[in-house]
Amino acid sequence: MSDYRGYEGKSLEFLKHNKIKVGDTVKITTNSDNVATIMPRYEHGDDQHIVVKFKSGYNVGLEINNIKKIEYISSIDTNQTKEPSTAKPKPQLPKILLLSTGGTIASKIDYRTGSVTPALSAHDLYAIVPELDEIANVDAEVLFSEYSENLTPEHWKKTAEKLDSYSDSDYRGVIVAHGTDTMQYTAAFLSFALAGFPIPIVLVGSQRSSDRPSSDAASNLIAAAKFIVKSNTGGVFISMHNSESDDGIACHFGTRVRKNHTSKRNAFETIGAVPAFIVKQDEIIQNSKSRYFKQKQYTPKINVDTRAALVKYYPGYDPKLVRDLISHGYKAIIFEGTGLGHIGKNMYDVIKEAKESQIFLGMTSQCHDGRVNMAIYESGRDLLHLGITPLSDMISETALVKAMWALGNTKDGKIDRLMTENIASEYTE
Amino acid sequence: MSDIEIDKIGLKVGLEIHQQLATNKKLFCSCSPMESEDYPVKFFRRLRLAKSELGKYDPAAVFESSKSKLISYSANPQSSCLVEYDDEPPHSLDNDAKATSLIIASALHSDIFSEIHVMRKIVIDGSNTSGFQRTMLVANGGYIEVEQKKIGVQSICLEEDAAKLLKDTENVREYSLDRLGTPLVEIALDPVEGTPSDVKKIALTLGRLLRVTRRVTRGIGSIRQDVNVSVSGGGIVEVKGVQQLDQLEGVIMYEARRQHGLQLIAEKLKKIQFDDLTKENTLDVTSFFGNSKSKVIQKSLKDGATIKALKIKNFDGMFGYEPYQGIRLGKELGQQVRFFGIGGIFHSDELPNYGIEKEEVEQLRKMLKTEEIDGFLIIAGSKDKIEFAIDAVINRIKDAKNGVPAETRAATPAGETVFLRPRPGASRMYPETDIPPITISNSELEFAKNNIPKPWDSAISEIQTKYNLNKQLSEQLFDSDYLDLFESICTNKANNPNFVASILCSTITNLERRGLDATLLKPEHIARSFELLSEGKITKESLEMIYESIMSVKIKSVEEFIEKHSSSMSEDELGQFLDDLIKSNLSIIKKQGNHSSSVLMGMAMKSLRGKVSGEKINKLLEMKISKILEE
Repeated sequence: MSDYRGYEGKSLEFLKHNKIKVGDTVKITTNSDNVATIMPRYEHGDDQHIVVKFKSGYNVGLEINNIKKIEYISSIDTNQTKEPSTAKPKPQLPKILLLSTGGTIASKIDYRTGSVTPALSAHDLYAIVPELDEIANVDAEVLFSEYSENLTPEHWKKTAEKLDSYSDSDYRGVIVAHGTDTMQYTAAFLSFALAGFPIPIVLVGSQRSSDRPSSDAASNLIAAAKFIVKSNTGGVFISMHNSESDDGIACHFGTRVRKNHTSKRNAFETIGAVPAFIVKQDEIIQNSKSRYFKQKQYTPKINVDTRAALVKYYPGYDPKLVRDLISHGYKAIIFEGTGLGHIGKNMYDVIKEAKESQIFLGMTSQCHDGRVNMAIYESGRDLLHLGITPLSDMISETALVKAMWALGNTKDGKIDRLMTENIASEYTE
Repeated sequence: MSDIEIDKIGLKVGLEIHQQLATNKKLFCSCSPMESEDYPVKFFRRLRLAKSELGKYDPAAVFESSKSKLISYSANPQSSCLVEYDDEPPHSLDNDAKATSLIIASALHSDIFSEIHVMRKIVIDGSNTSGFQRTMLVANGGYIEVEQKKIGVQSICLEEDAAKLLKDTENVREYSLDRLGTPLVEIALDPVEGTPSDVKKIALTLGRLLRVTRRVTRGIGSIRQDVNVSVSGGGIVEVKGVQQLDQLEGVIMYEARRQHGLQLIAEKLKKIQFDDLTKENTLDVTSFFGNSKSKVIQKSLKDGATIKALKIKNFDGMFGYEPYQGIRLGKELGQQVRFFGIGGIFHSDELPNYGIEKEEVEQLRKMLKTEEIDGFLIIAGSKDKIEFAIDAVINRIKDAKNGVPAETRAATPAGETVFLRPRPGASRMYPETDIPPITISNSELEFAKNNIPKPWDSAISEIQTKYNLNKQLSEQLFDSDYLDLFESICTNKANNPNFVASILCSTITNLERRGLDATLLKPEHIARSFELLSEGKITKESLEMIYESIMSVKIKSVEEFIEKHSSSMSEDELGQFLDDLIKSNLSIIKKQGNHSSSVLMGMAMKSLRGKVSGEKINKLLEMKISKILEE
C-alpha cells in the first residue's frame, strides 16, 4: 500500500514536497489553523485537493492553492489491525466450511477509490458475525476476491473442483460467499457439475456491504449456517432476504432463482414458485418437498465449454448476428424467445444453417415466468420442425450455463438428451 | 443548600442549531417530506455495529448496540421510497439544498470548502434505516453579530434529518419514515461565556437570519437547538432536542447546577478510597429477595429478572449527597441503567424504603460484608442486560471522581436533562462511498454571495411598508410560523392585512397558551377560513371558534364547522315550521292517512336540508300527523 494512496499530479507533488504522507496528522493553515489527518484520495478526483479528516470526524477536500502552511505533527497507522479470532472450536457443534469468492458480502471500503471493494478475508467475515460461533465451527478459506461480474466459467470450474475436494469430509455443508450479480450462474453450474453432492452448498451474498450497520450480510450468513445445520437436505441453494425485513431469509433452489432487483435486499426470487425454504429466527419452513438432485449418487462432471451463447430475440433482430456465432464455432445457442417461445420468420434461414452445422438450439422465454410451449401457434410449430428444442420452464440463464456444462462433458457435442433431462430441479415437475 | 452563583463557575455554552430547509424534497431523493396518517409499508430491521475507517468502534454506537432492539419502520410511498428504506443507494445531492447551505454559509461569513465529502455518521438507535446519518461539512469559521458582538461560527453542515420515533417499548422501537432524509443545516457556534438569556438572544438572532433567507421551514420541529454546556474544569455535555427557545434558558440553568453539583460531589469523592471497585464486588441476590415484600422487587422477579448487589467501599452517604436540589449521584446512576431497559437502582442511602425492610438491609450488608461506612447498590434486570448495566454503573461511579463526564443528554419538557449516551468521537464517521466528493464551483459561490439575504431589520421594515403594519406586529409576524401564509392570504387583497396578522399572531397564540394543540391547525385550514370570510360566508367572530374547534379535535375541517353551525334551527322553530306545513296540507293528510307523511317529508326537506337532520324531521312529522289523525 502506497503512502500516497490515490494522489497524483500536483497534490502528490505537494505532499511529497512537504514530506507529508497519508495517515499523518498535520497543522494546516488556510484562512484559519486546523489540526487534521491526511486521508487517501478518491481515485477519480482531481489533483488540486488533498483530503483531510478533522477531529470532528468530517472529511473535506482542501484546495492546495489555499493552503498557506502545513506542518507535520504525528503519524497514525491507517491499516486495520486484525483482531485475532477468539472463537475456540466447540466439539459438540457441527463443522461448516466457508469459501469466499468476493463480492459485497466480503468487501470493505477502499479509500483509494472511495468505493467498496472485495478484500475482506473469510476469516474477517467470521469475526464480523460472531453469532456463527453458536451455530457451528466454521473454517474459512479464501478462493478468490472478485466482484461477481468479473467471475468467469473458469472460476466456476475452480470453485466446483474445490468443493469436490471436500465431498468426502466431515463438513456438514459449505457456504460460498459470492457477489450477487452472477450468483445464479455459479449456483447453476455447481448444480450440474456436482450433481448428487452429499452435503448442502449454500451461496450467500449481500446487497448492503458489511461495513454498514444495516448490512444484510450477517443475517444472510447466519441463516445459511442454520439451514445447513438444521435442514439435512442436499442441493445447491442461494440464501438471501425474503422481504425488506430482516426476519425471514429465503433459501432458493440454485437453478430456479434470478436476481430481479438491482438493489433491494430481497432481490432474489424463485421463478414460478415460492422459495424452497424460509429460515426464520427459530424455525425453518419447508415449502418444497421435492429432492433437489434427481440422482442420488454423486457423479462430479466438472468441465465447461464456453462455446454456448444466449440470444435474446427482439423485433428487428439481425439474423447476421447468429451467423457470426456459427462462424465463430459456437456449439449451442439458447434463444430467449418471445411469449411461448417464438422468433420471427426472418430467422428461419439462419436456424437451418445452424442446424446444418450441428449446433444445439434451445428455446426459452424472455417472459419473466411460465413455460415454453411451441405447439400452440404456427410459428412455434415451424421452429420445432426446424429442430429447435423447447426447454419448458428452465430459466434462460440456467439453460445457458447447462449448455456450457453439457458441451464440456460430452464428446460429440450431442447435448439434446442432457439438456432435456431434469438433473438439479432446473425443470419444475 | 444555597443556589448557584452562575457567574462564578466558568459556564460556557455553545449553540448548535438544526434547521430544516424548505426545498420540499429529501436531500438524496425527490420524495417530499410530508406527515402521513397511514402507513401501508411496514418492515423490520436489526442494526449491527460497524467499524470506522480507522478500524475503531464508536463509544456511542457500542453503547446503543448493547441495547439491541428490533426496529419497526412504517412508511408511506408519498413521502419515502427505496432510498429511505435503505433498499437503494442514495441519488445525487439535491442542488437546492446545496445552494441554500451555501447562501447560509455566505451570510455567516464562513469559509466554504471547495470539495465536500459526504460522511456517514453512525447512529444505530434505528432513527436512520441505514444505521448512519449522511452529513457533510460545508464550511468552517465565520461569525454572526449579536448586539454589536461577533459570535464565532465553528462549522456549517448539511445533513439528513432522522426518522420520527413513534413508539419505544422494551424490545421493539417504531419509527415513521416521513421525515427521514429531509435536508437540515446544522450550525455550530463557538462556546460563549454569559448568562442563559444572552444565549437565548444569540439563538433568536441566528434563527432570524435563517428565516430571512425564506428558504427554511417554519413550524414546530423545523428548528431544533442543541446546546453544549460546560463549567470550568468539566467535560462538555451536549444537550439534544431543545424544541423551543423558551426552554433554552431553563435547560442551561439546570445543566449549570448539575455540572457544578457533580464537581462538588467529586471533591468529596476525592477524599475517599473506592478505586478497587470491580465487577467482583457484585453478588447475585436473586434468591435472597425471593420472599421480599417490596412490590418493585416482586414485579422484577415475576418478569424473570436477576437481582445483583454491588458493594462500594467507603461510599456511605455519597449516593444521596445533594449539593443542589435534585442533583445527586444516585440519580445519575439511575439514568444510566434506565437506558438498558432497567427501571432503576436502589442505593444504600435510600434504604430501607420501597418495601425493602430494615432486617433485609442488615442481612444484605452482612452478605456483602460491608462496614457502616460502605455503600451498596441493588440492580434488577434481565440476564442479558444486567451485565451491561453493572459495567455502566461501575464506570460511572469511577468517573464521578473526575466531576462532569462528557456525554450526550436529552432535554426534557420540564426543562431538565437526562442521560442519553456517551459522547461520540471521530470514529463515528466514515465516508459515504455511494456518493463521490462534491465540488463547489465558482459560479455556485458567486450565486450564494449574490443571494445573501438582507438584514433582518430591513426585512421587517419591508413588511411594515408593504402591508401597512406597525413595527411590533411585523416583528411578531416574522418570528411566527405564519409569515408565508400571511403573504399568501394577503395577495388577493380581500382581507385587511392588519386583521390577518393579528389573528395569526395573537388569536392562535392565545389558543395555544390555553393548552390547545396548534399542530392540528394546518395552513390549509387558516387559508380556507380567510377565503370564506372574504366571501362573506362566515363572520370575523367565527374565526376564533373555528380554530378552537380544530385545535381541540372537535372538528377536522372548516366546512365541518359551517355545516354544524348553519344547522342551528331551534326545536321551537322546527315545531312551528312543521305545524304550518301540516295546516296547509290537511286535505292530503285526511285523504292518505299515515302515508301522507312521506309526501310532507319531501316538502319539509326542500326547505330544511342541511339545517336539521332528516331523521329528526321525520320522527317529529310522523308524531304530529298521527296526533291529527287520532283527533
